[in-house]
Amino acid sequence: MPLEAPVTTARLPASSGSVARDLRKDAYRDDADAPSSVRGPLDSDLRSLESGLDSLQAENTWSGRSWRRVLGSVLLPVALLVVLVVAWQLYVTVAHPRPDIVPSPGDVVGSFGQLWSAGRLQQAVLTSLERGVIGFLVAAAVATPFGLLLAEVRVLRRAFGPLITGLQVLPSVAWVPAAILWFGLTDATAYFVVLMGAIPSIVNGLLNGVDQVPPLFRRVGTVLGAGRMQQGTLIVLPAALPGYLGGLKQGWAFSWRSLMAAEIITTGGTMGFGLGTLLDQSRQLADISGVFVAILSILAIGIVVELLVFAPIERRLARSRGLARGGER
Amino acid sequence: MSAVSTGAGTPPRGHAAGGESAAVDIRALTKRYAARGPVVLDDVSLSIAKGEFACLVGASGCGKSTLLNIIAGLEAPTSGTVDVPSGRAAVMFQEPALFPWLSASRNVELALKLAGTPKSRRRPRALELLDLVNLADAADRRPHELSGGMRQRVALARALAQDRDVLLMDEPFAALDAITRDLLHDELVRVWRETGRTIVFVTHNVREAVRLGERVVLLSSRPGRIAAQWQVGSAFDDADDRRIESPEVSRLAIEITDHLRTEIRRAA
Repeated sequence: MPLEAPVTTARLPASSGSVARDLRKDAYRDDADAPSSVRGPLDSDLRSLESGLDSLQAENTWSGRSWRRVLGSVLLPVALLVVLVVAWQLYVTVAHPRPDIVPSPGDVVGSFGQLWSAGRLQQAVLTSLERGVIGFLVAAAVATPFGLLLAEVRVLRRAFGPLITGLQVLPSVAWVPAAILWFGLTDATAYFVVLMGAIPSIVNGLLNGVDQVPPLFRRVGTVLGAGRMQQGTLIVLPAALPGYLGGLKQGWAFSWRSLMAAEIITTGGTMGFGLGTLLDQSRQLADISGVFVAILSILAIGIVVELLVFAPIERRLARSRGLARGGER
Repeated sequence: MSAVSTGAGTPPRGHAAGGESAAVDIRALTKRYAARGPVVLDDVSLSIAKGEFACLVGASGCGKSTLLNIIAGLEAPTSGTVDVPSGRAAVMFQEPALFPWLSASRNVELALKLAGTPKSRRRPRALELLDLVNLADAADRRPHELSGGMRQRVALARALAQDRDVLLMDEPFAALDAITRDLLHDELVRVWRETGRTIVFVTHNVREAVRLGERVVLLSSRPGRIAAQWQVGSAFDDADDRRIESPEVSRLAIEITDHLRTEIRRAA
């Protein structure tokens, strides 16, 4: 930025003539056409004055501290993890709890190795991830047009609003018994519960996003001559994107939780072998290390999806709009 | 200073009252928000000539923003007519209201798109308009990377992109610091000269109105009526640089402010 002012000043004499254009003509004009009297020395004075003020006032966009951010966002959580594991190991060494109630970190790692070499862990993760991702995508595909419809049609919004809010509060695990009765012990039960968990969240996020679009944006759209469709696609949707993304993120969290609940309760039948199933089987075998492996895997997948999918999108969105993000400070 | 207080009825210099040359023609306009609510604008008749720079001043509650919104077609009059022969007017608000997800140039291009400019012409045209407000270098920056004054200039470029004859401005510089505002006054007058637009500029700042306008229209408050008009342009015909600090501007501003105070006292 500091470099810009002298550069701008230097090119002023050359360009000052070409700027005077008749704006009512929709065409480029040569310098020769421009009335030279329009732009006197006063105007180039004004230009350099303005450029000077601009460079004084414009936000300093320099940010060379990315290594610090990486340090903060990777090293600190890893350090905390190490501290927690050490504390855990210390507790086991000092207090000698019953190994079938509190396993040591080593037990859990051993159990992890066993499950991994048998291929069961990979199978469970893949099955659950597949259900979670497909369920989430279907939920997003259903919730997005529905949410847009509610956002733009006031009558529908009034009618459906309380129901949507209620569904979001209702733990979706409450649907599991009904789903088992309807669909039996099949994948359909898992998907149904996932959809009931994710759809209200995404719809609500989208509604909140649309509600937070500044009314002035819509007025600007009207003044610029946007029709109803253009208003929606060119102005309201992009403006509502941060809220929508928040809804998607919450929708994923609800999908994942609901899926785990469904998998724990719904075992047997044609249900595949997911992480929830692994969790439930380990419990039945009183294998506490296996339970820990399953819990930690569920947690790890949640963190990985957040870090690899949502965080980068969110960061890009926030940066491009100049929104401060708490997580970066 | 040959500023003449003309009163509501007298047509200003060179303007056929309500004639075909008017860019904005308002006749017997009355506005109230509820059927029995207070009258916001009462029997306002005003004709603004093509290419004229008219400033509307008044205290809070004089309905100047309402009047602007009605000219813009954002609100409907209760009775009376507003005629803008060139079609819709372009509008600039107090906030720049740039879309934060678009760069400066893209903001202008969006306006061009909505105005029906073919895709291949949009980018060069947007750069042209940004150059007009001396922001060609900032074309690819996002609104949050620009200062308040720069944002307001992008908003001006966007308003000009609509290619409408009439430009309505609703206190566009009210939120800026004095130094920036002073520069933007120069900028706006220059753009007005270069583009030949008709500008209706609403402000509560009397000096600003005198600095900018060819004509200053004073509105009274509750109900909003045209209290008086001053022809400013003739006093400054030769001097290009009418400065906000100059004694001529001061003198007329004092006269108008006195008038304005009389109007305000009537509300007591």
